[in-house]
Amino acid sequence: MSEIVIAGIGMTPVGEHWATSLRELALEAIEKALHEVEGLRPQAVFVANMHAPVLSRQANVGPLVADFAGFRGVEAATVEAGGASGGMALRAAYLAVASGEVDAALAVGVEKATDRVGAGVESAAATVLDADYEAEQGVTPAVQAALIMQHYMQETGAPREAFAAFPLLAHQNAVGNPYAMYRKAVKESVYHRVTMVSDPLNLFDAAPLADGAAAVLVARRDALPPQTAQPLVKIAGFGVANDTLAWHDRDDLLDFAAVRRSVEAACRRAGCTPAEVDFFELYDAFSVYVPLILEAAGFAPRGEGWKMGQTDALTLDGSLPILTMGGLKARGNPGGATGLYQVAEAVLQLRGQAGDNQIPRARRGLVQSLSGPASLAVTTVLEAV
Amino acid sequence: MEISRHWRLRKQRYALEGEVCPHCGAKLFPPRDVCPHCGLEAKQTYTFVGTGTVVSWTTARQAPEAFAEQAPYVVALIQLDEGPKLTAQLTDLGDTEPYPGMPVEMVTRKLRSDREERGLILYGYKFRPVLERALAE
Ligand SMILES: [Zn+2]
Repeated sequence: MSEIVIAGIGMTPVGEHWATSLRELALEAIEKALHEVEGLRPQAVFVANMHAPVLSRQANVGPLVADFAGFRGVEAATVEAGGASGGMALRAAYLAVASGEVDAALAVGVEKATDRVGAGVESAAATVLDADYEAEQGVTPAVQAALIMQHYMQETGAPREAFAAFPLLAHQNAVGNPYAMYRKAVKESVYHRVTMVSDPLNLFDAAPLADGAAAVLVARRDALPPQTAQPLVKIAGFGVANDTLAWHDRDDLLDFAAVRRSVEAACRRAGCTPAEVDFFELYDAFSVYVPLILEAAGFAPRGEGWKMGQTDALTLDGSLPILTMGGLKARGNPGGATGLYQVAEAVLQLRGQAGDNQIPRARRGLVQSLSGPASLAVTTVLEAV
Repeated sequence: MEISRHWRLRKQRYALEGEVCPHCGAKLFPPRDVCPHCGLEAKQTYTFVGTGTVVSWTTARQAPEAFAEQAPYVVALIQLDEGPKLTAQLTDLGDTEPYPGMPVEMVTRKLRSDREERGLILYGYKFRPVLERALAE
């Protein structure tokens, strides 16, 4: 089988796009991705979106976006898997190409979070939980993350201050990302002063839901035009694993088992070990997710992931750079688009196009999006060709 | 408010009705019909006693629309004495600060209203500290 490559990427800036609609945001990212490779048109379009049915009263987002982008006669569908929607849209595009059904497929993520504001957005965010047994108790993703954080501190002895390292790193890295929502470094003293969302979790421990769209064009390498303008990146391995949807149903509350299983599967397919990746784009929807992911993926012993934040290991010139373009916290979290921003950012690193944030000699990257507290984990190994 | 949906959940909300697995004996809440421990069918009804302990807790300060008027409120992860864990609000705390292992018991309280849509009130389980006197008995 021919290699499966990422032939084009496109992103809009992440933020509050009051003047731009859901479909217009998607189109902007699609046009950028298609523009990167002349003469290649996708035969399938998978659109990742989480909240349009609630926030914009718009279901059927896949066919809507495909139509608005001018496609006719292609297959089109929405892909929704909570925070892992973007990762699963890439998975659908990858499987469509790998099966031989199509030569090229487009994964598009789009979120329009600002059609409503305030408590309405919290309500929409809570729909990813178990509606009957979590949301009806007043639980939101932030409340759930606060329960996890409190328990993590209790069990591991991690001091409250230790969690500052992850959002601070995200903000530091976002300075060099022109698409990021917050391009400003933050002082630790500011972190400790911000509003409490759900004790002990404060405003800086939670990534902001925002507007944005990202598109990734996947193709069989032998279907590409003879000359391509951009360096190619191949999808070397994919791993997807689920766990209980509700956090309270876990036998082991502090084991992100789906993270471990999906990383192992993706690396096995790629023929590498997690230790052989040059960077890790992980899913920092909440600061406490970062140590739990690092532990489950095998980068830190159990209960000690928080200690990695106290060293230089995770910075751009460290041994395992993470959140290299600002992560969810500072690039922003455009829901269904987030998993595809992570992929597009990894592609920039592997092409050598990450500007001030370029990791020297980056050849292999691990990218992972999660639904909730690793209720689903979608992991991809990407490699420079 | 979706009336039939809440009516359907009344036995769980008012009485903590779950299931027991006839194959491995695991007690399940919420009911889920397939035992997550042994993978076999588990549809036998079991009503939980309603006592347990706090594993983790938080004070929610930014609430979704339906709970905005109650904020701040305390949410906890509770381990029921028969095994399963659930997420529920703590109530009647007074000046008591929750702690890991704190004994709690189920009570039926107002979860929320439909905010004047039809004047309906949704009731369900919350948990309160077990009184020390009750513990001593
Ligand atoms: Zn069983």
